[in-house]
Amino acid sequence: MMDVMGFFDIVLALALPWLGWRLLASSDLFRAVVLFISLGLLMSLTWVRLQAPDVALAEAAIGAGLTGALFLSALRRLERLSESERRLEHAGKREEDETIPPEKRRRAKPVAYVLSLFLLVVFVLLLGWSLGQTPGAKGGLGPAVAGQMGQSGVQSQVTAVLLNFRGYDTLLEMMVLFLAALGVWSLTRVRQTQQGEVPGPVLATLVRLLVPLMIIVAGYLVWIGSSRAGGAFQGGAVLAAAGVLLLLANVTVVRQVPAGLLRWALVLGPLLFLLTAVACMGGGGNLLEYPGQSAGVWILFIESATAVSIGVTLAALYAGGRPPAPSAPEKDNEEGPGSGVDKGGKA
Amino acid sequence: MAFLHGLGMVCILLGIPFFVSGTIGLLRFPDIYTRLHALTKADNVGLGFVVLGLALQAEEWNTVARLLLIWLLVLIASSASCHLVARAALRRKIQPWTRP
Repeated sequence: MMDVMGFFDIVLALALPWLGWRLLASSDLFRAVVLFISLGLLMSLTWVRLQAPDVALAEAAIGAGLTGALFLSALRRLERLSESERRLEHAGKREEDETIPPEKRRRAKPVAYVLSLFLLVVFVLLLGWSLGQTPGAKGGLGPAVAGQMGQSGVQSQVTAVLLNFRGYDTLLEMMVLFLAALGVWSLTRVRQTQQGEVPGPVLATLVRLLVPLMIIVAGYLVWIGSSRAGGAFQGGAVLAAAGVLLLLANVTVVRQVPAGLLRWALVLGPLLFLLTAVACMGGGGNLLEYPGQSAGVWILFIESATAVSIGVTLAALYAGGRPPAPSAPEKDNEEGPGSGVDKGGKA
Repeated sequence: MAFLHGLGMVCILLGIPFFVSGTIGLLRFPDIYTRLHALTKADNVGLGFVVLGLALQAEEWNTVARLLLIWLLVLIASSASCHLVARAALRRKIQPWTRP
């Protein structure tokens, strides 16, 4: 059995760089996106083989699923561009560039190659040097974490590190995610033109079946995070996937969510996390030093709130803009039955 | 127990040719509709065999229930996505392949 798995590992180790190369070298963006999703799934398998199921779950849900969906939706917005514009033109196209005289181009090329090779070698040497400088810890931090598990409030070492021992990092991660959503929201509103199409019966049934199930799975992942693989990010990613499914199926419920509620859901996780962290200091402790034996309760509290916010944030990133203003004049136009015409005519 | 384990192995091995034929179909068939047909039909049967095999090898009942749930969800998701891809292709006026 070990031989079979060893063979599988070798295939995996070879397939990952090959896929990465294919996806970077692909001139067709759609192909690149599909390869990216495959790469994410193989990465997730790799994490499983490295016995990191938490990372595997997050990679499959966020790396392959949601990022892939983001890329696909970006690609759909590029569809208006012509075929030649959509393709990334590589070396072949660049040679036809008329702005650079041919003799100059031929000279520039080897220099560029030599320069990038030089930079690559310097980079690898610096990496190797810094690796040599890093003091190697015997057995990593595993024993230290295992020794402190008693006061962490949870049974899963990953969750203990993420929300107790290194809770500060997770707090900052939440803020980064929040800032990303703020950035997208400050740039644009959700495009109204996508709202015309009515989902077919198959898609509608699929949504009706899957969305409640996904919400249950998200709750399960957050709950199980205290003892096994799972947690706020995995649960939040599943919630976000449910949101993306609703957005894709263009269900009317999604449009009717009040913008205020959405904003509060976005803020909920980071805000409660921050308040809890600061409140811990009130009792004389440090930032995020949970008082007494209550760590488990606080962690579950924070994880539930952040899971909701992560789900809403990721789905909002997919929606690609802040919710439309309730009294905006263009909204009235879009809700008419004929609003899908311009979109449908193109499809 | 060893008998169930062996039977499970047989089921898994039975499932693999379906995946292989589905993949060959995806690579060799002429157009999107035939490829979808090969992929979703064959893979669903293949997955059914693999799930059956794993269920026979499982040690607890809740593992069996989870495996069945996975199979059911993949069935629903793959048939629905097959339908959606085919519908999108039809809307783009991609003509189904006919024997020349």
